[in-house]
Amino acid sequence: MSDDTVRTVERVELLTAETSEGVQELQRRERTTATELGREVGAVLRGDGHTFDPNSVDYDRRDDETMIINMGPSHPSTHGVLRLMLELDGEFVLRTKPVIGYLHTGMEKTGEELSYVQGATNVTRMDYLSPVINELCYSMAVEQLLGIEVPERAIWIRMLMSELNRMSSHLVWMATNGMDLGSTSMMIYGLRERELILAFFEKTAGLRLNLNYVRPGGVAADLPDGWQDDVQVICDTIAERTYEYDQLLTGQPIFRQRLIGVAPILAEEALALGVTGPLLRSTGVAWDLRRAMPYLAYDQVEFDVIVGTFGDNFDRYAIRLNEIRESIRIVRQCVDKMPGGDYRSQDPKVTPPPRARIGESMEALIHHFKLFTEGFHVPAGEVYLPVESPRGELGCYIVSDGGAKPYRLHVRAPSFVNLQAVPLLMRGGSVSDAITCISTVDPVMGEVDR
Amino acid sequence: MIPLPPSAPPGVLTGEGLCAHVSCYPTREQYVELVRAFKDDGFEMCVDLCAVDYLEHPDRALPPGVARTRFEVVVNLLSLSKRQRVRIRVQAGDEPEVDSLFELYPGTEAMEREAFDLLGVLFRGHPDLTRILMPEEWEGHPLRKDYGSGRVPVQFKEAPGPR
Repeated sequence: MSDDTVRTVERVELLTAETSEGVQELQRRERTTATELGREVGAVLRGDGHTFDPNSVDYDRRDDETMIINMGPSHPSTHGVLRLMLELDGEFVLRTKPVIGYLHTGMEKTGEELSYVQGATNVTRMDYLSPVINELCYSMAVEQLLGIEVPERAIWIRMLMSELNRMSSHLVWMATNGMDLGSTSMMIYGLRERELILAFFEKTAGLRLNLNYVRPGGVAADLPDGWQDDVQVICDTIAERTYEYDQLLTGQPIFRQRLIGVAPILAEEALALGVTGPLLRSTGVAWDLRRAMPYLAYDQVEFDVIVGTFGDNFDRYAIRLNEIRESIRIVRQCVDKMPGGDYRSQDPKVTPPPRARIGESMEALIHHFKLFTEGFHVPAGEVYLPVESPRGELGCYIVSDGGAKPYRLHVRAPSFVNLQAVPLLMRGGSVSDAITCISTVDPVMGEVDR
Repeated sequence: MIPLPPSAPPGVLTGEGLCAHVSCYPTREQYVELVRAFKDDGFEMCVDLCAVDYLEHPDRALPPGVARTRFEVVVNLLSLSKRQRVRIRVQAGDEPEVDSLFELYPGTEAMEREAFDLLGVLFRGHPDLTRILMPEEWEGHPLRKDYGSGRVPVQFKEAPGPR
């Protein structure tokens, strides 16, 4: 190991003074210790009975036998701007290091400068495939700090929209995963079905992608007239088409060979890495926050938590396909059980007066103006609120100092944590399997980099 | 509130936490021991680790006896078997430096790197404490309260100078 590898706190002055290329990158073997190699291939995770054996990482292998290549950040199959450094032995991956930050726009810092009313527009852009769930997480955290209750109808509308969003997110995943594996038809079909849901979002919230629909205190607008019929059509169409996906992909021999047994992960490894969502469930751990720690009204609807067995790529595919079906079940129950009443809290602290009153009442106008310029003040405190996003546990940690803006907004992004499993999944596989690995981990780079 | 695990170091202050079963306030010396005790007690996953800069909000609510410092590292642990969450808030000092949880929960690797990158918290024993989101040669830690957003010119390597 040469001296210019800077890794530890003791040498932090070197670290900050370091300006040359390479600190974040995958180091050459001659600069890497055996322990470090072991860490990079995930040996540290196997605490029980799998002690780290330096031979397993070929510590003595010389640098000129392997090749470090760069994949991304603008590679079509990296789902955004993920950059992977791969150490290859011919076709096979020995080590991988994800290098991220190419989409970092400082959204947590921006969140500190936006009021709680505006904040939802910020968080909705993090995981751009599941905007409703991001808003939901943020809004529920703010409501916890405020200590306000949300009307029953708003809870069910939120649940309906979350599940529709989960379906659309998984459909995009089906599409891109199909694309990565060479099935361009799946790409078209997945996006076609998602369009149905986006059209409903547009009808409901006015926007297709970054809805700003779920807000502290409730939702922005009531469901449009005839929404039951629209939702019914979406459910019927997508339910039927999931069986077409089965015909197209699930039983398809090439597709199965590309996925079955590829890139397995053990439950203990997944837990040690903090991995959540379909990636954790594929290992057989039945952990879904909707079931384990219910929020909204998930304890009042019936659905199954889909669990895999082997933790391989096929399990992750099957889990997502079946979660679409479970979401359809939940959406149908939301249609049946949707209660009447207000769609947002009537607490004047967080809710502006109705549009009609602004024209006739000076007080209502002032109230409206104050709420959208200054915003409302949130009692001092801190809260970490988790929800189940399509990618895993999405958490929002908000610190309030009693003002109208969050003092600190931290989002625990599931993709960010799940991405740590990539080096482990890819080890020993071929480069073409690396593509399917990235795909089945399903990172959304907007959320990873924030 | 749930009791602390039996192997927890003595004298750890606790309090109520919003959306957590207990909120703990260990000192920097007790921090890793406390997390280890929770891990042995069935908290399988460290879901979140982040840091907060309390420069402009020093009078936050803390149980009596906790020595306030500018930086705080907040850890959220999850027990899948018991369906419980605990929050651990350790006062990380004015020149923030705490021990790394990497040996206990390898999944904290990226989170600690993020806390180092954005807030400048040093984690002793972390295997690869480098910037993760910002460019390598970035100066300063953007989420610190004295960082001043919007006033710092964008720094990129080989970017053309002002014209």
